[in-house]
Amino acid sequence: MAGVQVSNVSRSFGAHKALDDVSIDFADGGFYALLGPSGSGKTTLLRQIAGFDFPDSGRISIGGESVERVPVEKRRIGMVFQNYALFPNMSVSDNVAFGLSVRGEPKAVIASEVQRALDLVQLGTLGGRRPHQLSGGQRQRVALARAIVTTPRVLLLDEPLGALDKALRVDMQIELKRIQREIGITTIFVTHDQEEALTMSDRIGILRDGKLVQEGPPEEIYDRPKSEFAATFLGDANILRGNATGTGIRLPDGTGIAASAGVTLVAGMKASCAVRPERIRIATNAGVPDRAHANILTGRVSKRIFAGNNSTYFVDRDGQTIKVIVQNTGIEKLAEGQQVVLRWSSESTVLIDAS
Amino acid sequence: MAVQIAAASRSGLRSALPLLAPAYLWLTVAIFLPLSAMVFFSFMTDLPRSGKPWAFTLENYAAFFSQSLYLTLLVASLRLGLEVTLWCIVIGYPAAYVLAKVLKGRSREAIFLLVILPFWSNGLVRIFSWAMVLREGGILDTALNAVLPFKINIDLMYSYPAVIIGLVHSYVPYMVLTCYLTLQAIDDSLIEAGRSLGASRLQVLKRVIIPLSMPGLVAGAVLIFVPVVGSFMEPRILGGRTGTFYGTVIEDQFVAVFNWPLGAALSFILLAVVLVILAVTSPVLRRAA
Repeated sequence: MAGVQVSNVSRSFGAHKALDDVSIDFADGGFYALLGPSGSGKTTLLRQIAGFDFPDSGRISIGGESVERVPVEKRRIGMVFQNYALFPNMSVSDNVAFGLSVRGEPKAVIASEVQRALDLVQLGTLGGRRPHQLSGGQRQRVALARAIVTTPRVLLLDEPLGALDKALRVDMQIELKRIQREIGITTIFVTHDQEEALTMSDRIGILRDGKLVQEGPPEEIYDRPKSEFAATFLGDANILRGNATGTGIRLPDGTGIAASAGVTLVAGMKASCAVRPERIRIATNAGVPDRAHANILTGRVSKRIFAGNNSTYFVDRDGQTIKVIVQNTGIEKLAEGQQVVLRWSSESTVLIDAS
Repeated sequence: MAVQIAAASRSGLRSALPLLAPAYLWLTVAIFLPLSAMVFFSFMTDLPRSGKPWAFTLENYAAFFSQSLYLTLLVASLRLGLEVTLWCIVIGYPAAYVLAKVLKGRSREAIFLLVILPFWSNGLVRIFSWAMVLREGGILDTALNAVLPFKINIDLMYSYPAVIIGLVHSYVPYMVLTCYLTLQAIDDSLIEAGRSLGASRLQVLKRVIIPLSMPGLVAGAVLIFVPVVGSFMEPRILGGRTGTFYGTVIEDQFVAVFNWPLGAALSFILLAVVLVILAVTSPVLRRAA
């Protein structure tokens, strides 16, 4: 087991910069999600770490050992592919045994290790089956067993749950997390599903256009996004744009917004505020201004979407639509077209440098 | 799944009949009738057209067993088939691999065209062009002597290697095409998965790629082996006196000696031998595929 350090790695394909000076430190034993839209470079980064492709510049080390020019078969990594990539000409057991067998381990060792790995993924009795006889979730488990049976230094997962349906995906998320904890392996996990990244990982790295946008624990990125992109890509956010005032921003219409989270900016700079929809209170009357609800905006409900346990209100104000998510307590139900007051605290308002 | 398909094909047979009829009608006229006539000839003492009286006989088949020459030639032809097939695998499989897995886009199309080209040229032209290359003072001989500082004599014409070269040239596209199709169907991620598990490229080739491309290798081998065993054009033109094989003897019966009954009988013995070989090897081949 080992940590992975990526330092200043760049990689171009022709004129396209797939990775642009990316540095991330993957701690030993951590569960790390690389999140980003398609084309953001997250898979390219994973393939660099795996060794399928080499960086143009920069360093990659696994467990302190420099590996950026070491081919994949010598890196001692485990990888789970998006389509599982099980060998169709082999049984489940032979698939799992492959890594040990090419290493020339004795037959008895292989048999017991394969059984142990299959038991770990709860497929102990299906060793004799062929991959095409398995369900999607079972194939996923075989792919995982095959990747970890060789006791790799790091486990790489390329959108491993992308092909599964929703219910199965949630099951597999829990399962994957359990197995990762059990063997304590450094895990790097590529996904475009922000919910998956939030629920599963210890740390998240958000990539965009080959650059690392922000990196940190899920709560930190969610509560303190450093850019509009990070704020809107991980979770939902309302972005209000204006000029910094020192304690927040002033909107173009003169309304002041107090922000006590995020960066500190010099007054006059271009700045944005990000507010999560669930942090905003919505009511028909202004109520008493207090410290917990320093920010007040008025608007008109343009749409309400009911989603069972919560409702989303779209409130129009000065040409901008603000999203508000309200738990369905059975009390509040605002009609479309109704005049409303939105209130939220300065702690829920993240100041972002927009210059 | 197989049961479902069988059931579906049974219920669909009536509606499929109009679609199948032309093909089967054609096969009946073009293959079954002439072949039946040949079977008939093979049991005759002489051709009916020659005016002489004729009778049914087994003598033509007996001739194969009474003279060791025919058996010797058949074995030589089988060996030729095997050797040509092996050379086609050695040459064709790597080419198919590069076409399917390495080249992309325009360069793939260009190389593909080069592979297919022998198909589009006339067989005789192909063979005679080899004759120009291989004979003493021919293109190969002249070119090598122009480059090399010492004098060498290359005269491959009228030899066993010349026959092999000509046949491999004619048949290697079959191997490339069948292997290309199966290799292309192998997902690249399987190769990557193998390597991520610590396997060298050679181990991936041996344990993943070759087993998965076996159907193409087998199909190519059958497509090549069967016609090469009965081939006569390449052996005759490129082999000269050394080019006497089972196929050339059959050809002689039809075009030189005019002993059609013996030629027909020898053909059917060859057909039977090939079928027996395929039947015996098919369990092995099917398991491999």
